[in-house]
Amino acid sequence: MLANPKRRLLLGAGAVAGAIATPIAAGFAVRSAVGQAHGPAHGGAGTTHAAAGHGIPGMEGDNLIVGAVDHARNGFNPHDILTDWDVGEVSTGPDGRRTREWVVTAVDKEVELAPELMFPAWTFNGRIPGPTLRCTEGERLRIVFNNGSAHPHSMHFHGIHSWRMDGVPYAGLVQPGGQFIYEFDAKPFGCHLYHCHALPLKRHIHKGMYGAFIVDPDPARHPEATAVAESRLLGSARNAEWQEIMICMNAFDTNFDDENEIYAANTIPFAYQQKPIRVERGRKLRIYLVNITEFDPVNSFHVHGNFFDYYDHGTTLTPTLRVVDTIMQCQGQRGIIEMDWSEHEPGHYMFHAHQSEFAELGWMSHFEVV
Amino acid sequence: MAPDSTPAQALARPASPWRTAFWLLLPLAVLLGILALLILGKPLERLTEGSPPVEKVSFERVRLTPGLISLSVRADGSQPVTIAQVQVDAAFRTFTIEPPGPIGRLGTARIDIPYPWVDGEGHKVVLLSSTGAAFEREIEVARATPSLDTPTLAILALVGILLGVAPVATGLLAFPALGTLSPAGMRFVLALTVGLLGYLFLDTLGEGLEQAAGALERLRAQAAVWVTMIISAGALMLLGRRGGRAPEGAALAAFIAFGIGLHNLGEGLAVGAAIAAGEAALATFLVVGFTIHNVSEGFGIAAPLVGRRPRLLTFVGLAALAGLPAVPGVWVGAQAVSPFWMAICFGIGAGAILQVIVEVTGLIVRREGSAALLSPASLAGVGVGLAVMYLTALFV
Repeated sequence: MLANPKRRLLLGAGAVAGAIATPIAAGFAVRSAVGQAHGPAHGGAGTTHAAAGHGIPGMEGDNLIVGAVDHARNGFNPHDILTDWDVGEVSTGPDGRRTREWVVTAVDKEVELAPELMFPAWTFNGRIPGPTLRCTEGERLRIVFNNGSAHPHSMHFHGIHSWRMDGVPYAGLVQPGGQFIYEFDAKPFGCHLYHCHALPLKRHIHKGMYGAFIVDPDPARHPEATAVAESRLLGSARNAEWQEIMICMNAFDTNFDDENEIYAANTIPFAYQQKPIRVERGRKLRIYLVNITEFDPVNSFHVHGNFFDYYDHGTTLTPTLRVVDTIMQCQGQRGIIEMDWSEHEPGHYMFHAHQSEFAELGWMSHFEVV
Repeated sequence: MAPDSTPAQALARPASPWRTAFWLLLPLAVLLGILALLILGKPLERLTEGSPPVEKVSFERVRLTPGLISLSVRADGSQPVTIAQVQVDAAFRTFTIEPPGPIGRLGTARIDIPYPWVDGEGHKVVLLSSTGAAFEREIEVARATPSLDTPTLAILALVGILLGVAPVATGLLAFPALGTLSPAGMRFVLALTVGLLGYLFLDTLGEGLEQAAGALERLRAQAAVWVTMIISAGALMLLGRRGGRAPEGAALAAFIAFGIGLHNLGEGLAVGAAIAAGEAALATFLVVGFTIHNVSEGFGIAAPLVGRRPRLLTFVGLAALAGLPAVPGVWVGAQAVSPFWMAICFGIGAGAILQVIVEVTGLIVRREGSAALLSPASLAGVGVGLAVMYLTALFV
């Protein structure tokens, strides 16, 4: 992103020439209240974010955003997004078949990505990432999609389904004010995602139209590994022994130049730095990790002081990578990370993209192991 | 003058001061009415409502002190600009902004970013506004901005003296030689002065316009350069001729020295800015170049004194007038100055030079008639003057 600086050999006397940039005229109205005092006053390293919380003072050095995002105004909080599985409404038919239904609405919304920085986002249900839809393998799924946005949108699920249900420009694209019901079976089990597939695709994705789609394995279908499958099944006794979180690696191009200004885990840069994710040593940690970062070919996950097993796409019950501390995902790729902290000294353990640029532009986080 | 001395004035009734006042106040009242309609009635609201904000930010100064990058920025746009976040080298950084809050239209703010910048390396600062717009400033070679302690000021003053005073004084040493010239030779020398000044005029004006291009569009800095150039030329002309006569001799030499002094102020700014921009290695080179270049200026200052017996002190004064402004130029330039004020400064300099071009040309005409302007000696003088200045400028 940063061009190699070259030394000037000749001097124009205008050595202090100014630079002028004009924003692309694409924003909506900016919020009117941007005028108040600008974040906390900073005295330098170590004095910042006294209110933010649970981290070690000065742990971020001076690599941070100034101020705090108003999550209440945004209508979503990255800490809630970690675990707020949306299981929809389940009904059982006369044949005993379970049908799970969700209602999802596309909404245009100004989102405060970083303190005072407003982004004219397109969202599912007014949040980025959209609702984490969680179901069980084999269920019939119905997703009632209402388009409340001013633009055409769709929901394209990564899963096995008919072309008619694919949520692409020729099948399941919904005009503003319209509705479409996507209907298919929950398969294969794994960690998946959905996103808008309206054109232009890049714009619809980087504006915020995506979310995680998790299909838990049905233990009855996996007699060879019932216990493992059960541990992944939300609500089961074995599942309760785990802490599960969903992390969507995303990024935002705030000035529409096809390069990201902000990188994050679950939208808000440094959210889990300002307030680390609490992890209990007694329970194992499972992360549903999704990469939807636009413009950059890959994103990555790296944890400090620990190693983990990785299930690419989450479609297997045995790890596809064992004992690693860094994995990478291309756009749309996802997987499940399983990590054990039981032997660790309590404290703060960093995790972040191992592209340093992404890390310093917001995809930097901490676990607080207790 | 008697009011009824002409028929036209006799026809016009004696103007009542109330009447005049009324007809002057009427347009003012109408103007206020139109403005009130626009601002209070908002007839254009349908057009502007919901239109995306336009934001512009120009970086006026960048100062580097150990562990700190300080920026002075000026904002413009359809509404105040809020600097929401700051990135340095593609990393979010903590910062403070003074005054806090949004920057009003054409307002300025100072942004301090604690950052371990590396001496001699490049850095890039990006300001993100509340609308997500990004404003970039590249620091091509990071060097500490010279502090204003005595040793630094002294060495910078030395640079200024070498740059300004020394060459002008050197050029003035040619004065006795000028006295031995024939009339055609003298005409050549005066025309040469016009040529030298002509080059400086173009150069100064060009610098001013270049600086102006770096300022915010709405400050109309380029127009400001032309306007200050013309006004300062006119004002100096007025000052020079306040006795009713065109300046000659020592007075004209002083005006030339003053104009050249303003030009040298600009050269000082350039050298100071080069030092501030981390190009100190170039500074010696620049000083050598400007020194060679500026010797001819001394020559030009001496020309109007030919045939007179100026005192030594006059020469000292002229050299100081023409050369010393380079010293504050270097001091100020090393601190990095807003491009707008640099542009204005160059505009004044260009005006001062234009004034002396007019006066020296006038001197040739008074001495030998206007035909002398087109004589071979004059044309050759102007041509040689321009060429010498251009060629010596290549040393810079």
